[in-house]
Amino acid sequence: MSLNVELVSPVQRVWSGQAQMVSARTVEGDLGILPGHAPLFGVLVDGKVSIKATDGEITEFNVQGGFLSVSNDRVSILTESVN
Amino acid sequence: MGAQLRVYRRRMRSVKATKKITKAMELISASRIVKAQQRVTASTPYANELTRAVSAVATYSSTNHPLTTPSENPKRAAVLIISADRGMAGAYSNNAIKEGEQLASLLKERGLETSSYLVGRKAVNYYRFRNRVIAGSWTGFSDSPTYENAKEVADALIKAFLADAQSEDHGVDEIHIIFTEFKSMLTQNAMAKRMLPLEVVESDAPVPAGLLPMYEFEPEAGTVLNALLPRYIEARVFNAMLQSAASEHAARRRAMKSATDNADDLIKSLTRLANAARQAEITQEISEIVGGADALASASAGSE
Repeated sequence: MSLNVELVSPVQRVWSGQAQMVSARTVEGDLGILPGHAPLFGVLVDGKVSIKATDGEITEFNVQGGFLSVSNDRVSILTESVN
Repeated sequence: MGAQLRVYRRRMRSVKATKKITKAMELISASRIVKAQQRVTASTPYANELTRAVSAVATYSSTNHPLTTPSENPKRAAVLIISADRGMAGAYSNNAIKEGEQLASLLKERGLETSSYLVGRKAVNYYRFRNRVIAGSWTGFSDSPTYENAKEVADALIKAFLADAQSEDHGVDEIHIIFTEFKSMLTQNAMAKRMLPLEVVESDAPVPAGLLPMYEFEPEAGTVLNALLPRYIEARVFNAMLQSAASEHAARRRAMKSATDNADDLIKSLTRLANAARQAEITQEISEIVGGADALASASAGSE
């Protein structure tokens, strides 16, 4: 079982693919998402989003604000800018 | 060289120079359309995800957010018109402006005042020339808008929307946007859409089918919606600007192509006229020589 992850910004699709785990920081605190997570909608603060792909490779992104939504093992992260 | 022939040659030279310019502009626009289209495509995933998110939150939260509830007795509406900075694009800007006029008269019938927000020098000049009030204007980026540009415009609109329209002069109850939809290389349509209050959420790509899940919100739904809706407006404005930019390049390419074709026609007919003038000149010279020789011959024959 894996997560279907999309990290998008207004100008491009930054990352998309299958992942084991996604972690990010919302206004309420750090959050880790594994397959089978309940539907969730969160507001992100400036900080790191890390995605652990199915091959075990971890990619980290610095995001500036944004949103995270999880439903049916589909994670989409919307952010205004990534670097 | 005769006077007439010289005039034709001069006109041909000037038409040829114009043709070179229009041909160059055509090629430039053609290459930019592709880039502009790619930017539209690149921005679509974000817009789709955001649309999905907004419809999910709006459907599954009972929050009465000011951005989603229509005013009971609307007084003023903002109209954002996206036009071009430069001309040479046929009727592109005019179509958008005309669409704006139609919308304004429609709003007037409903008893609403209009406050105009303009993007692009062409729309600004049109309004200035007619001494109309402009609520906000932005110029200088119509052919390649950035997200920051869209943000600036969206911020002004949201601010006006959040202000109370009944008591404040710049407050509005509705926001409409007029942009040129890029359907294909050949078809672009100026169209008007209402952005706020939200209607049934529309997007170019269909919202993925299936039931929207019951979300947990973090923090609660109202706050999420507060954060989400301005981004949604920004993304809508950005998308409209990108589509308009692509349409602008397509319209310019078409206008310049027909200008080049016309120059070709003109050169062809001028060449024919110049050839005829040259022939006429030669014919005349020959008949003058022959006439002169005849006269000489008959004069010398008479003297013998």
